[in-house]
Amino acid sequence: MAKLILSLDGIVLKEQELTKERTTIGRKPHNDIQIDNLAVSGEHAVIVTILNDSFLEDMGSTNGTLVNGASVKKHFLQNGDVVEVGKYKLKYINEVASSTTAADFEKTMVLRAPLSRTQSGSRSLSDTQMGHAVRTHGVGTVTSLNRVAAPTPGSTMQPAIQATSTAGVVAHSRPIAAVAAASAVALGVEQLSPPVATAMTSQSTPVGARSITVSQPAPAAMPLAAIQILTGPSAGRELELAKSLTTVGKPGVQVAVITRRPQGYYITHVEGASFPILNGKALDTQAHPLSDHDIVELAGVKMEFFLKS
Amino acid sequence: MSLRKALEIVSATDVGRLRDHNEDCIGVDADLGLAVLADGMGGYSAGEVASGIAVATLMTDLKAALARKDQHAERRNGCDAAQVAMLREGIARANASILLAASGQSQYSGMGTTLVTALFHDDRVTVGHVGDSRLYRLRDDAFEQVTRDHSLLQEQIDRGLLTREQARRSQNRNLVTRALGIDPGLAAEIHVHGVLAGDIYLMCSDGLSDMVSDEDMHLALSSMRDKMQLAADHLVRIANDHGGKDNISVVLVRVLQLFPASAGFFAKIKSWMK
Repeated sequence: MAKLILSLDGIVLKEQELTKERTTIGRKPHNDIQIDNLAVSGEHAVIVTILNDSFLEDMGSTNGTLVNGASVKKHFLQNGDVVEVGKYKLKYINEVASSTTAADFEKTMVLRAPLSRTQSGSRSLSDTQMGHAVRTHGVGTVTSLNRVAAPTPGSTMQPAIQATSTAGVVAHSRPIAAVAAASAVALGVEQLSPPVATAMTSQSTPVGARSITVSQPAPAAMPLAAIQILTGPSAGRELELAKSLTTVGKPGVQVAVITRRPQGYYITHVEGASFPILNGKALDTQAHPLSDHDIVELAGVKMEFFLKS
Repeated sequence: MSLRKALEIVSATDVGRLRDHNEDCIGVDADLGLAVLADGMGGYSAGEVASGIAVATLMTDLKAALARKDQHAERRNGCDAAQVAMLREGIARANASILLAASGQSQYSGMGTTLVTALFHDDRVTVGHVGDSRLYRLRDDAFEQVTRDHSLLQEQIDRGLLTREQARRSQNRNLVTRALGIDPGLAAEIHVHGVLAGDIYLMCSDGLSDMVSDEDMHLALSSMRDKMQLAADHLVRIANDHGGKDNISVVLVRVLQLFPASAGFFAKIKSWMK
């Protein structure tokens, strides 16, 4: 369960779990998190929580809302984000992904549309959803998906949320095989996710951005390598092997790919009647690991593989 | 008519690095030009059972339907509706089979599966999907996701609540809004797409698409065009390198040449007259 930790000058004042669909922040007493300070607007901001994700929205406050130092209107909260309202800080903690139950987190579940659609069209979410309990199957622990967000009217985020969550929840947990070692692997991967700061720029991102591809956390650990052509017309040229896969050779004659993996670089024969030669020995169909200063001969051209420090 | 000469179909599946068994299931028939990929969910071995039933039922069903149709070859011309209906009925039957199996045995209750299937015919491909198993297409140098997930995140993306980039960091991944084995009135999404020689189609479970960026998939397919099996194995390997959190399955279909349906007698006469 995500939570907010309210603090002033480093002193923790309050901890608020985000159990509600809408958690309001403001100076007036009816807010879930009331901050009685004149720099804070009566209704300053709201946090809308949908299952495990939370979205912060500034309610048109006089002095604005900052996340990690940048002013935001709407923001998709990430674990560790610091929301600033006046001099007060609210730290967002949501450790679902990085908890030890990696397998639990990864299971696929079905969000099921309610069977009884009494009033189709403009039906309110709270009517249809709240009655649906979570069914969990298998060894899985019951997840925290007790409710789906049901925003109350008045929020500008409401239409979007309403449309996305017209569903009761039926959860099908996949069996959990949370081996300690395996979880550790998952943890390592989670920590490689892009830094939270990137989210700061995204408060007003366009809707139609279809083509964004996020490059996965680079399979790090391995230093960057390159090959240098030693013979032939392009002798001396250097080719950096930064991508997950680089093609080398002459199409139609002989082609090999060099793959970049966390444990190192590998060369694999792809095309051509004869196989590439690695340090004087012909390769076979298998992928071969490359070591620093290996000499590869491809389509009559010699090249050297080396690690860049 | 066999499509074996027109299509090269390869597949790879792997349990991944975190799970102890593989709940994905793949079915391929090169003669029929048919590929099915299912990603099961449910406790104990129920996920495997659900995806297994889905693939087996759909393969058998479509094989029979196509055989029936071949006896009336004339009917096939320009008739996408027949293929669409075939897939729709096949998926509905697979859904019913899973529900039936689940109702009979308590350990299977609540099992379900996502599904993506591609049926190639007459220079076209009919694609059916349910849930978050995907089909991508590489045509010339454009790599595109053809299916749109039935998932909470996709809905949030559609509504502008999340960008695709943000969706990758969401804690609500793996929430599908449709699956086989859940609702007797399941609606599969089915579309017909034109096929060109040289196209490569990639079908995968979320174990691949969650772990490997579109960019890397594109790169793998375009650099290993001529070595489809190598490309499939490579994709599985990168998914594992990035954590392998789920079962990983991939089917690649490369269009070697076009495969127009052999025209019926009357259609041939007609075309001569023109």
